[in-house]
Amino acid sequence: MNSRDLILGRIRAAIAGDAPLPTVPRDYRRGAEQPDLDLLVERLADYGVVVHRTNDVAAAIAAILGTGQVVVPPGLPPHWLPSGVRALVDDGLPTDRVAAADGVVTAVAVAVAETGTIVLDATPDQGRRLISLLPDLHVCVVHPEQVVSSVPRALDRLDPHRPLTWISGPSATSDIELDRVAGVHGPRTLHVILTEAPHDH
Amino acid sequence: MTFLGMPARAPRGVGNLRGDESFPDAARTALADPQLRRNLRHATTTIRGKTDRVTAELPDWQELRAVGAALKAYTMAHLPELLERLEERVTAAGGTVHWAADANEANRIVTELVRATGQQRVIKVKSMATQEIGLNEALAAAGIQPVETDLAELIVQLGRDRPSHILVPAIHRNRAEIREIFLREMPGVDPALTDDPPALAAAARRYLRETFLSTPVAVSGANFAVAETGTLAVVESEGNGRMCLTLPETLITVMGIEKVVPRWRDLEVFLQLLPRASTGERMNPYTSMWTGVTAGDGPQAFHLVLLDNGRSAVLADPVGRSALHCIRCSACLNVCPVYERAGGHAYGSVYPGPIGAVLSPQLTGVEDNASLPYASSLCGACFDACPVKIDIPAILVHLRNTAPHPRSERAAMAAAAYTMDRPVLYAAAQRAARLARIVGRRGRGLPPPLSGWTASRDLPDPPSQTFRDWWAAR
Ligand code: SF4
Repeated sequence: MNSRDLILGRIRAAIAGDAPLPTVPRDYRRGAEQPDLDLLVERLADYGVVVHRTNDVAAAIAAILGTGQVVVPPGLPPHWLPSGVRALVDDGLPTDRVAAADGVVTAVAVAVAETGTIVLDATPDQGRRLISLLPDLHVCVVHPEQVVSSVPRALDRLDPHRPLTWISGPSATSDIELDRVAGVHGPRTLHVILTEAPHDH
Repeated sequence: MTFLGMPARAPRGVGNLRGDESFPDAARTALADPQLRRNLRHATTTIRGKTDRVTAELPDWQELRAVGAALKAYTMAHLPELLERLEERVTAAGGTVHWAADANEANRIVTELVRATGQQRVIKVKSMATQEIGLNEALAAAGIQPVETDLAELIVQLGRDRPSHILVPAIHRNRAEIREIFLREMPGVDPALTDDPPALAAAARRYLRETFLSTPVAVSGANFAVAETGTLAVVESEGNGRMCLTLPETLITVMGIEKVVPRWRDLEVFLQLLPRASTGERMNPYTSMWTGVTAGDGPQAFHLVLLDNGRSAVLADPVGRSALHCIRCSACLNVCPVYERAGGHAYGSVYPGPIGAVLSPQLTGVEDNASLPYASSLCGACFDACPVKIDIPAILVHLRNTAPHPRSERAAMAAAAYTMDRPVLYAAAQRAARLARIVGRRGRGLPPPLSGWTASRDLPDPPSQTFRDWWAAR
């Protein structure tokens, strides 16, 4: 007998004859339909994210990046990038070139106000997972229609068949005396630009 | 076919579920180490405060706990179908599913998968399941070097130490001790390293970066696996998990069969419960989810190893089985007066604290961990803290009734019961402890394990069901 059948057989024997269970309740909050943008800003800042509320995305990015070199996903709206920025479009760049960049700029799939979380789903304006991981600085551009109030509403919007990365603040650890310390392997600085400017100019 | 229904415990001679000594013997070492107790008290007090704040923030925290508990019970009742569905979804998404009846088989499967890649090193993201089965030892025996990438695991590995907490395996070390370990053991470390936590974290970042970029095979655990979609989830903080799940060509995930959840939307419950109960955060810094393989993004070979190793035997006990509901948040450790004094090593298994006291003996068979069901004052704090409402005290009492009762436990517990049952004596013990601290002699005149408990400032309230009641009721 193979191990699959052995394990399934053991489990079936273990639960055989059990009484049926009541249905699982779902009486927790799904969260408000209208997200509170101020709460998002507050919760992001709580975990050390630098938040910018502006309609001039390019100017905000210019101020953050200075003269550094930045990796961008292939589908990033070009008008987000300030003129003169040294942008490296990821068309399958070797890992060491991504790692050597000073920063990365991406869009997001969803932002969760209550927890101060942004979620990336690897669509072309966010790119491969590794580009938002290796550079030490990550700039995300968020539009109000991408913001949801709660974790349940975020799950509603996301596609489980895409690789998903939930990010709440910059890389951190609680391993030293159980206190949150920013900055281990992922980007140590995280900026979120919340903009009401339309996606395309 | 008769052996189909036979409960099979985790085998002896492999893995890390059994200690060398009984709990009271092992605890004595910890109780004699005031630095260890100070470190533990500081860390657990910090985390308790944070968890209290972020759970109070959610008006539906109690509803979420109840739903979490119900979802886990549902999962156990439908485990065969859910695992078959998970296998089907993962396979359809380009992954390969393997079934491991016990630790030996899981170690063999992973070793062979690594061998097939031709690599001699793997990067690992902290996983209780792989510690349970002793995977690192098995890989090393096959000439493959496992590199732990979690900061705490790195501290443990460099310090040639053992993990002592589910979430924070190096909780028994404070920053000054971590600095010393890094200075002594970390190749290329800056000799001017301070004990400032960000500086220590930065040292780990520098040390591991090259390894991440140059190792094409990773081994991970999983916090959740969604049967409906085949989606795996790893919850972490540092980004080492993202590195392991994204950079390599081959990813091997080892997961206990109880970790499956039925539906995608069930994650909305557990992703609210786990971080708040675990690190006291509204959300942990990083959660990665992936379904099979994605062309052009991340590992192009994905293997999922489903591990039994005694779990089906736990499932066969209607009282004990809810220990399988555990989402490994470690909240029960952080509130446990016995854990805070005895430390994680005393439990002898990779699963310490209250959950370890009920899970380890069931995975191994109670005879191999006979003292663990006694490693508790039955105060009930773990039950109140558990985000999926596992009634740990009830399982402890149940296991005590099925366990052989070694003389030492009987004596120690009877003495503890006698004192804890008498508020006047209890208060006197507390005063004595305070005095002992002043004169620098801890816990004088009281029998173990109470001597250890009274050496600390905050004695637990006398439990509602005392040892004495419990002893008499047996
Ligand atoms: S038993 Fe409950 S409190 Fe303890 S680690 Fe598991 S889920 Fe957390």
